[in-house]
Amino acid sequence: MRRFKVDPSAEDYQGHLSRADLLGDLKGVVKVSPNAQSYGVPLGGGNVSHGAPLFFSILFFILQMPLFAEAAPIRVVATTEDLAAIAREIGRERVAVDFIAKGVQDPHFIEAKPSYMVKLSQADLFVQVGLELEAAWVPSLLVGARNGKIQAGAPGFVDASKGIEALEVPTGEVDRAQGDVHLQGNPHYWLDPANGKQIARNIAEGLKRIDPAGAADYEKNLAGFTERLDSALLRWREEMKPFAGAKVVTYHNSWPYFLKRFGLIAAGHVEPKPGIPPSTAHLKALINLIPREKVKVIIMEPYFDEKTPQFVAEKSGAKVVVLPPSVSAATGINDIFQLFDHLISTLAGALSGAPLK
Amino acid sequence: MRSIFILIALLGITPGTCAPVFAQEKAALPPPIGRQGFNPDISLNGLFAAGYFSDPEPLQFGAHDPAERGFTLQNLELTMTGMVDPYFRAEAHLIFGMEEGTSFIEIEEVFLTTLSLPYGLQVMAGQFFTRFGRQNPLHPHAWDFADQQIVNTLMFGGDGLRNPGVQLSLLLPLPFYLELIGSIQNARGETAAGFLFAPEETFAARPILEREVEGWNDLLHLGRVKSAFDLSETVTLVAGTSHLFGPNGTGEAARTRIHGIDLFLKWKPLTAERGWPFVTLQGEAMRRNYDAGEAALEDGTVLAAETFKTDGFYIQSLYGFKRRWVAGIRYERADATDPLDPESGDRRRLSSNLTFYPSEFSKIRLQYNHDKADGRDDPIHAVFLQYEFLIGAHGAHIF
Repeated sequence: MRRFKVDPSAEDYQGHLSRADLLGDLKGVVKVSPNAQSYGVPLGGGNVSHGAPLFFSILFFILQMPLFAEAAPIRVVATTEDLAAIAREIGRERVAVDFIAKGVQDPHFIEAKPSYMVKLSQADLFVQVGLELEAAWVPSLLVGARNGKIQAGAPGFVDASKGIEALEVPTGEVDRAQGDVHLQGNPHYWLDPANGKQIARNIAEGLKRIDPAGAADYEKNLAGFTERLDSALLRWREEMKPFAGAKVVTYHNSWPYFLKRFGLIAAGHVEPKPGIPPSTAHLKALINLIPREKVKVIIMEPYFDEKTPQFVAEKSGAKVVVLPPSVSAATGINDIFQLFDHLISTLAGALSGAPLK
Repeated sequence: MRSIFILIALLGITPGTCAPVFAQEKAALPPPIGRQGFNPDISLNGLFAAGYFSDPEPLQFGAHDPAERGFTLQNLELTMTGMVDPYFRAEAHLIFGMEEGTSFIEIEEVFLTTLSLPYGLQVMAGQFFTRFGRQNPLHPHAWDFADQQIVNTLMFGGDGLRNPGVQLSLLLPLPFYLELIGSIQNARGETAAGFLFAPEETFAARPILEREVEGWNDLLHLGRVKSAFDLSETVTLVAGTSHLFGPNGTGEAARTRIHGIDLFLKWKPLTAERGWPFVTLQGEAMRRNYDAGEAALEDGTVLAAETFKTDGFYIQSLYGFKRRWVAGIRYERADATDPLDPESGDRRRLSSNLTFYPSEFSKIRLQYNHDKADGRDDPIHAVFLQYEFLIGAHGAHIF
């Protein structure tokens, strides 16, 4: 049941009333007198009934009291499971987190299903990846959700890419002849685990905006998460150090942040341009490139078709490695730490595996 | 005057001379987030078809249907959408078309939508397609088939049911999607066929008169219920009913009622690659009760008041069997061939098509229709090759 929850600190914000506004209304109503002309408002000779307006003002007062606010957790809805996992780390018991795109789904191509609108209609905080990753479906979900708290620009809207240094921002002319190019840079920035700190900071800021009472808790959780992430980062970099400079091929150009963090290099992609399936000429070029550049692995996400990468792998001696790009995209991956533990150990295993034929 | 031009020219050059400095500074700045500038999202969609019919006079009554042997510009749609302010979003769809070599421009839809009314309410106001069923609100480039459903053309005319008006909808606070929609629109014009329209034409031999709008009842009213359920992680069901009430021109108190039910089922696995594979099943059934008033004809005969019932349905299925490829099949049946003459007989059509999407922004579709009508001795065979392009930014369509 939707409760008419009012944030006493919001002023001009659509859909919310401040105590000051209501007091003003009440005063304006109660002060009706034969001197009404001085307000500049014709009030029908002073015979105005105060009963109904007074009743509704009092009703508004009662409704705006946060009756059970302490018990109700903040409802956070994130677009991806990675953002949801980080939101859980920052919010802990104060939040109830839900998400739209499951880990195994390609977050570019989610349908704007009515059930997602229902989820968003009841959210207090909305978190998106941004950089146009969800540009095809989030705007229509937000319009259908009719939730003023989470529209773009509202306090409950969090774009997790704020403050992230984007890679591969196109310079010069860009158009769709180059495939599915993202105008603001490559949006797969959560795959650099260090970016988790900025994502967490953005989520913490959003939570503090809509739940100022929990600000201290969110700061504490943010500090704890940042510390754990820093020490995990040291561990992961150690594990990947032996492979610095190794060249890989990826199916879709979704790994630049991960590769850059751990010193790996993308020698090529199965897709000749983003979103464009490979032609035979391109596959031939790849098959020649792989042994020449000593590429050992072809990295792909679970939502791509294995056939073409397997074909290239057989002909060139590389190995296809299916890497989950998101929390819960494989069993046993329930949070950010487990995600990168899995990615690093799988990739390290593949890179140190059997040498090229 | 000349000094003003010099000033403007100087202003034009100045940013250019500063460019190298700015470019350096820009490289150090973080990339912009969110859309820059306040221009609306603009897109242009061109939809064309080449068609062949076994009968040189085919029964295609949709205004955007390929209807002749040869080439048709089905639809050139300019869409602009944008946020007006934190309270409203605006959307406009303008159609440019050609008829017999003459170009025309048509306003398909232009309306604003509220973003944040309380209690799950939303108001849409302007000129828009009536939200009756699933097919009527769709723009031609979003159709699953190259031509409009027979029952839609029959009930709503060649351009679909659209008129200026206001719509209020309520998303109920339930764990599943349940939306109540009500709208009031004008009942005039060829885009409200079956209501106040086509004065000078006849319906079942009765002349359609010019009627004044006396009160609320002389406008077009819609009530619709739309519900959606995720039957599983991969299957979604959308079901609804729609009810339309309005006046018609065969009498001072004559009224038309149209009722419909619609159903949509979609399966798509979680690991779908860019949307493939998928299967959809969709169907709609409609029934119109046209209360025709008593009419006195020129030759003296008096036709008694009568209610004409017209029925129709369609059922269609799409199978995205391979990335970028979709196969479709549709069966339709409706009571009449002529939209304004309910006595003109039964019509049955079977369509099958194959569509190839080189990307999300273009498509090529090959379709075959087998069209049987009571008024024609032989079935009409039709083959269409449809092609489409989309440039610019265009949002998602209604699920």
